Amino acid sequence: MAAAINDTPEMDVSRTLTIRRHGLATRLTHWLWALALFFLLLSGLQIFNAHPTLYLGQQSGFAFDNSVLSIGAVRTKDGVVKGTTTLFGHEFDTTGVLGVSGPDDRRVYRAFPAWLTVPSYQDLATGRVVHFFFAWLFATVFLVWLVASLINGHLRRDILPSGADIRSLPKSFINHLRFRFDHGRSYNGLQKLSYAAVLLIFFPLMILTGLTMSPGMDAAWPWLVDLFAGRQTARTIHFVIMILLVIFFVVHIFMVIAAGPINELRSMITGRYRIDGEMPHKEAGQ
Amino acid sequence: MSRLLINRRRFLTAAGIAASTLPLAGCDAFDGMLKNRAPVRDVLASANDLTYRVQRLLMDADRLAPEFGESEIRQGQRPNGSTEPTDPEYIALRQQDFSGYRLGITGLVEKPLSLTLTELRNMPSRTQITRHDCVEGWSCIAKWTGVPLARVLDEARAKPEARYVVFHCFDRMDLGLSGPAAYYESIDLIDARHPQTILAYGLNGRPLPIANGAPLRVRIERQLGYKMAKYISAIEVVSDLSPFGRGRGGFWEDLGYDWYAGI
Repeated sequence: MAAAINDTPEMDVSRTLTIRRHGLATRLTHWLWALALFFLLLSGLQIFNAHPTLYLGQQSGFAFDNSVLSIGAVRTKDGVVKGTTTLFGHEFDTTGVLGVSGPDDRRVYRAFPAWLTVPSYQDLATGRVVHFFFAWLFATVFLVWLVASLINGHLRRDILPSGADIRSLPKSFINHLRFRFDHGRSYNGLQKLSYAAVLLIFFPLMILTGLTMSPGMDAAWPWLVDLFAGRQTARTIHFVIMILLVIFFVVHIFMVIAAGPINELRSMITGRYRIDGEMPHKEAGQ
Repeated sequence: MSRLLINRRRFLTAAGIAASTLPLAGCDAFDGMLKNRAPVRDVLASANDLTYRVQRLLMDADRLAPEFGESEIRQGQRPNGSTEPTDPEYIALRQQDFSGYRLGITGLVEKPLSLTLTELRNMPSRTQITRHDCVEGWSCIAKWTGVPLARVLDEARAKPEARYVVFHCFDRMDLGLSGPAAYYESIDLIDARHPQTILAYGLNGRPLPIANGAPLRVRIERQLGYKMAKYISAIEVVSDLSPFGRGRGGFWEDLGYDWYAGI
């Protein structure tokens, strides 16, 4: 069973090699981002709860409908209050998580439940205080990472996919489906593509859509509103990218577990990473 | 090599354990340190000073907020906060259609003023179609007409030591356990003298409705809605905000909201 797939350590030592994988800047920015994104997510959901509807355009339609997502609570005919999530006009019953949550005897009517917000209770002012502090940390770390990655070659070497990476994407995809992972110095095509999307598209978009929601920044940089076709569209994009980053996070964590959590975690803490020997991917040991 | 690979069952077990810890994320672990006036919270809130300084660096004093065309006025201005003050003085003024209304301009000025609505309407006016951004997250576009606050301050001749403009209001709102408190707000002189900062008496081509702050409200287009005090009873030019309310410069600020609301 489980024991059968473990080779003896002695064999392993003879066939593996430890390298220095992640530079100091990469490791430091990784963990600062992890901290910042944790609080940005939970305080962001707190802020969303103050007006749990998303729109497309310059303004929010109260006398007209330009909403794309709305979370709320409605009382049904038999007196039961249920949580509803309306996405592009389609209503879903999300009682227990979205709209209505908490124990049966202490139901609360809020979009995202207490366990997904900081603070746990409804408090927009504190949500904003937390969000903007970590937004500054997040954006500063992004600038540091960008400059460091341009200088130390991390961006060109590890993030931007090469032609060969693109061509090997199908193979890389199949290997992932088979739970066969490379343990080399460099990232495979799928890894590069997802990191490039997160670091070079999602992160800058998150910062820019966030700035577009600021009335001060809209005066300072009027092109922001034009770029995203309206403040309310920017708010919607901000939310969508949040969802994409949460999906990335879930896949990221699963991949770390699947590829060997100790080795992967060590490489992101100390930089040391054990790579495969000369013969990658022989048969799995079952 | 197989040591580096794990089977699907082990993977799913490990992933399941990891996923089950996610709901612990938010909970109430941080509630205590984030209460009003807790040290950690004060450190986090200091980011607002940084935002204020950086935004002041990034925008010229006279840089305008975006303005829109008539076609963007697609609905009435959504009222928020107080929509019908019950203060006796206000009700008395309202019954006379605000004919007895006097806007006092006092504090650090050479020439204190007391202006009627007619006098305010006879001063040079500005009309602007702008987007109102509520701190809650929604936006609403409307046309505002009023007298530039800079014009009124020029007439009253603010003294050199003046740093802020405080708006006193007729409406009272619930401040939690300590009962209702008068609404008030404050801004710096840069926003006070900004061309789009007007004391508005008109909305969408009509007199300002009660729900939107009649007889007079301020528009501060580069900040959020809670800065734009409604039902203004008096304006005071000051050098220090600590004597007012709980000393944080506004009704919502006293409850923990940031003083600078350009974000």
